[in-house]
Amino acid sequence: MVRKQDFDQIAPLVWEIPTSYREDMRVPVRVFASEDILEHAMDDKSFSQAVNTACLPGLVSHVAVMPDVHQGYGFPIGGVAASHAEEGIISPGAIGYDINCGVRLLSTRLDYEEVKSRLPDLATSLYHRCPSGVGESGTVPLSNADLEQVCRDGSAWAAKNGYGRQEDVEFTEESGAIPGADPSVLSKRARDRGKPQLGTLGAGNHFIEVEVVDEIFHEEAADAMGLRKGSLTVLIHTGSRGFGHQICSEYVKSFQSAVDRYGIELPDRELVCAPITSPEGREYQSAMACAANFAFANRQVLAHHARSAFEEVLAGSVDDFDLYPVYDIAHNMGKMETHQVNGDEVPVCVHRKGATRAFGPGFEGLPEVYRSLGQPVLVPGSMGTASWVLMGTEGSMAQSFGSTCHGAGRTMSRTQAKKEVWGEDLRDELQQNGIQVRAGSMPGLAEEAPLAYKDVDAVVEVVSDAGIAAKVARLRPVAVIKG
Amino acid sequence: MNKGGFEEVDHTADWSIRVWGSDMEELLRQAAKGMLQLLNARPEEGQGNWLDIDIEAEDPEELMVSWLEELLFLHETKHITFLEFDFRSVGEKHLSAAAKSAPSKRPDKHIKAVTFHNMDIIEKDGNIETEIVFDV
Repeated sequence: MVRKQDFDQIAPLVWEIPTSYREDMRVPVRVFASEDILEHAMDDKSFSQAVNTACLPGLVSHVAVMPDVHQGYGFPIGGVAASHAEEGIISPGAIGYDINCGVRLLSTRLDYEEVKSRLPDLATSLYHRCPSGVGESGTVPLSNADLEQVCRDGSAWAAKNGYGRQEDVEFTEESGAIPGADPSVLSKRARDRGKPQLGTLGAGNHFIEVEVVDEIFHEEAADAMGLRKGSLTVLIHTGSRGFGHQICSEYVKSFQSAVDRYGIELPDRELVCAPITSPEGREYQSAMACAANFAFANRQVLAHHARSAFEEVLAGSVDDFDLYPVYDIAHNMGKMETHQVNGDEVPVCVHRKGATRAFGPGFEGLPEVYRSLGQPVLVPGSMGTASWVLMGTEGSMAQSFGSTCHGAGRTMSRTQAKKEVWGEDLRDELQQNGIQVRAGSMPGLAEEAPLAYKDVDAVVEVVSDAGIAAKVARLRPVAVIKG
Repeated sequence: MNKGGFEEVDHTADWSIRVWGSDMEELLRQAAKGMLQLLNARPEEGQGNWLDIDIEAEDPEELMVSWLEELLFLHETKHITFLEFDFRSVGEKHLSAAAKSAPSKRPDKHIKAVTFHNMDIIEKDGNIETEIVFDV
């Protein structure tokens, strides 16, 4: 286990495990954390996993670890690693099974107080319109040809087929489709899992929340994002569902032999990888892009269903019940990007697992309204607690490969949470606090109890003070929809 | 008489079990039981069907992952659970089994994937054992 004395504090909120810690480390690990968060993260295997990650071949500069870090499998959640685009590797397990798990935020022109009495109906309508739960089928069954088109076009497929509009596509990372998707590499099993699942929320920590803008920290950015104090927003958190899980599982397995072929030695089989430029590496990128684009389309379809729920409940009683896109961003993804490393522009594949891209001002790929400000970053908190809207900074570009935190981060196992919390009690407590809850599974609700997570406000203070994101607005939930 | 079992191992975010058995067959059986317990995959009343499962792998760890993935895939896509297993042949790199299935009650737990993390099938105290981490 990594101990506190193994770290060098290189800045007030940055702690480094140098390569001298273990001889197979190729780059150091840099953790963004307060002393308190750092000490608590030593309770599990987060930093041992970060050290293992630092052994991957072809990494540049350092492995960055966000303050919402917790133990995962192979790669820690909250980890960021950039491998050289020509000499480095790509690792499916380091991106995760839920490829392009991410978050979409929609703003409204509705004041919370104006529609407060309709929230129970709104929560019920969202729950019924947005299929959730394990293995649940969606409302958009796809043919094989449709699925291939979703893989290529992502959000644009959904918008073109009546599940959204052009501005939704524009306000999505990579305009809702990362390049290079090639459905010809997909297995029958991946296709069979993907075809019925478009437009589903899933289970676990996935959710839809209706939230109120509680506090604004950056007026200009909040204005650009359509966020006004007291207005309602909708936050959608889900990913590529069984389609992505299947694709990742297949490549983690097939890469077990790739490491032997390329003479790569690893401390953990879950970190298996292949050179980015190898046939195996290229094929995984093509499959990963299919899953990523499926996830963008999935959140797009759910956003469309959320609009329908608002229309069903509020049409006739308010003038404008529309949901406007703020942004949609991934937090499990491998992206080909260029970053400054020791003064040079270096092409890299940035693996972000439980970490959010947070590009600073001036990035051409942002919608024009955000270009001079920085990319919106969406940070859901634990259920029933605050969520945050941040934006990328020059500091995130300089320190963390344009990345920042993705949530609160767990501190307690699911089993322990269920021992300490009864799902029905939690639902009642949230409802007493003015939060509508619609959940298919009470044990599932208990597993996601706020006490199982870090304080998201403390996590956000770290990334803000360390300069790897800037605060824009704080949101508080008024309705939670879960599988 | 095979003596095997499983127990949950604490994990911050995902699920993990330690599994042991006298041989590979028992290890595979206990791992399946452990995963189904985590899934809370309870059978509905009704007649079960026997399904054939044949798997080839490069080594025992991959065999374990592939076995559990197969059961997970069938559980999620066909909404079934499993009542018992009849292993016809088990080696370090292959298995041939029949699994008695039954319709599953609406599942309220989800496992995204079976991982290779920390998986290392070792001999200990006259048994073989391993840890298995599931992505949740």
